Amino acid sequence: MDVELIRLTKRYGGTLAVDAIDLKVPSGAYCCLLGPSGCGKTTTLRMIGGHETVSGGDVVIGPKAVGDATPAQRGTAMMFQSYALFPHLTCRDNVAFSLRMRGMGKAERRAKAMAMLDLVQMAHLADRLPAQLSGGQQQRVALARALVTGPKVLLLDEPLSALDPFLRVRMRVELKRIQAELGLTFIHVTHSQEEAMALSDLVVVMNAGRIEQAADPRTVFERPATAFVARFIGGHNVITLPDATIAVRADRMRLGAEAGDGAVPARVVAVEYQGTSVHVGLEAEGLSPSGGGASPVTAILSDGAYSARPVALGDVIPLGWDASAAHRLQA
Amino acid sequence: MTDLALPALADAPAKPAAAGLTARTRRARALAYLQAAPMALVFLVFFVVPLALTLMVSFWEYNEYEIIPAFTLQNYADIFEGCLSGSDLCTTARTYLSTLKFCFLTWAFTLLIGFTVAYFLTFHVRSPTTQMVLFLVCTIPFWTSNVIRMISWIPLLGRNGLINDTLRGIGLIDKPIDGLLYSDFAVVLAFVHLNTVFMIVPIFNSMARIDRSLIEAAYDAGATGWQTLWNVIVPLAKPGIAIGSIFVITLVMGDFVTVGVMGGQQIASVGKIIQVQMSVLQFPAAAANAVVLLCAVMVMILTMSRLIDLRKEL
Repeated sequence: MDVELIRLTKRYGGTLAVDAIDLKVPSGAYCCLLGPSGCGKTTTLRMIGGHETVSGGDVVIGPKAVGDATPAQRGTAMMFQSYALFPHLTCRDNVAFSLRMRGMGKAERRAKAMAMLDLVQMAHLADRLPAQLSGGQQQRVALARALVTGPKVLLLDEPLSALDPFLRVRMRVELKRIQAELGLTFIHVTHSQEEAMALSDLVVVMNAGRIEQAADPRTVFERPATAFVARFIGGHNVITLPDATIAVRADRMRLGAEAGDGAVPARVVAVEYQGTSVHVGLEAEGLSPSGGGASPVTAILSDGAYSARPVALGDVIPLGWDASAAHRLQA
Repeated sequence: MTDLALPALADAPAKPAAAGLTARTRRARALAYLQAAPMALVFLVFFVVPLALTLMVSFWEYNEYEIIPAFTLQNYADIFEGCLSGSDLCTTARTYLSTLKFCFLTWAFTLLIGFTVAYFLTFHVRSPTTQMVLFLVCTIPFWTSNVIRMISWIPLLGRNGLINDTLRGIGLIDKPIDGLLYSDFAVVLAFVHLNTVFMIVPIFNSMARIDRSLIEAAYDAGATGWQTLWNVIVPLAKPGIAIGSIFVITLVMGDFVTVGVMGGQQIASVGKIIQVQMSVLQFPAAAANAVVLLCAVMVMILTMSRLIDLRKEL
């Protein structure tokens, strides 16, 4: 089911946590709310899920505004950051919990819970208590618990942040698989741009309670709307020119002889070898806004290009970029 | 040749290292015992020895003016005299029933009040400071002695006490209600007043450990407030409930002062029997009664812990 936010606002006393945001998440989309901590992404998620009262505006799920409806009435289910599994219940009883609350009979709810545990490949540990499981296993159980009532929208609050990097990538694949299999709308809060890029159909970049940009990952990366987006998703240099602010992808920077006409002299301050590429940190006096100090710029070169023309710390070399790669940012 | 030499080379430095290790382990172990010694000593002197003496004396003989070291089961036989024969209940059984009744009533009320107060403190009071202040307010009754707290009920509940006077004043009753003071009601009231805090503290303690996101998860799963209370909070507060119950039950079972003061010295209790026997120097009889009481309380506590474990299995 599609989810629409209309001038959704959350105020805590005098502070504005979410500032009249508008957003439309199409049915069956994987949407990531991306932003630094304190940007209002979790508050937005909690308002969608009915865990936070709304100060202004509306949450519309499917055909109707949900108002003060409970999560069950909304057809949403939430997966909590710390998983929030009931420590006194086995995996199966955790998954069956919401069915039990609805008064479903024991045999039926157990069968349903087992089917869900099967989906997340945890059926063999159904009788374990949460304390006897690893972080990744707990997360699978939490996912099964959220899915067991057949919600229309699944809300995930930083679900991967407690996992180690290796497991995080595996669970990412798993989440995407389950979302595609069930055809549900997923709304996933994260502060990792990598996670957002990898998972989503719709990336919503938030900052200070507002949406900076909402688009598919490719658009967000190719054409960041604002300097904040360009900086937050990474891989970009934000350059202030006399007439405009532009973003240039770091891998489209040109060094030395290739730098072209508009090149400015820049000093090499860092060289980081990354395997397939080399990151060169540069400082250019000519690119600083209103002449106030040198602005740092990163150029990403392929390892081949770098080894053909290596640079050393302290070298001053010409720096330029593909004119076609320069993307003008909103003020 | 080298193959043979290698293990020897490897062994040579290993042996002294191992010896050093065991010496260190031994020293660490000795230190651990030393650290535990003061507590063990206190435990031995103030708990194990008195208990052993009580058990010993309970088998001694006594007459009007002396106690005689011996081994007799007469004291126990006296306690249960008539219990196995007559159709009527014997004195001991009746006393135990009365004490158990107080115990059960006090337990039920302190549990209800203690759970409610702890729930309010944990889940309704938002700021930790207010929580701490209110928690300290709960302990105010403990700023003064037991007996004074009981006696202070008398001007309130007495024949011409505040309640009777007020009720008569506004014309609700013609003559004072006698049952307010020196009655079962007064005893239970005082017990609840004295012991509720022993329920509040452990229950509050276990409730404070409940992760708030569990409550949210229950809400997310469609549980109503009562369902969350019964299916999430009560099971997770069970250790606190068990500890509080043990406090209250042991305190009430052994009490003789409260029953004496609030019952107007008219109500029998197990503790009261022991106290009377002590005051007439029938130490062996008192000791035997104490041993029986101890066993009874232990059976109750064991049963309770069994029940709670059983619940966990379901």
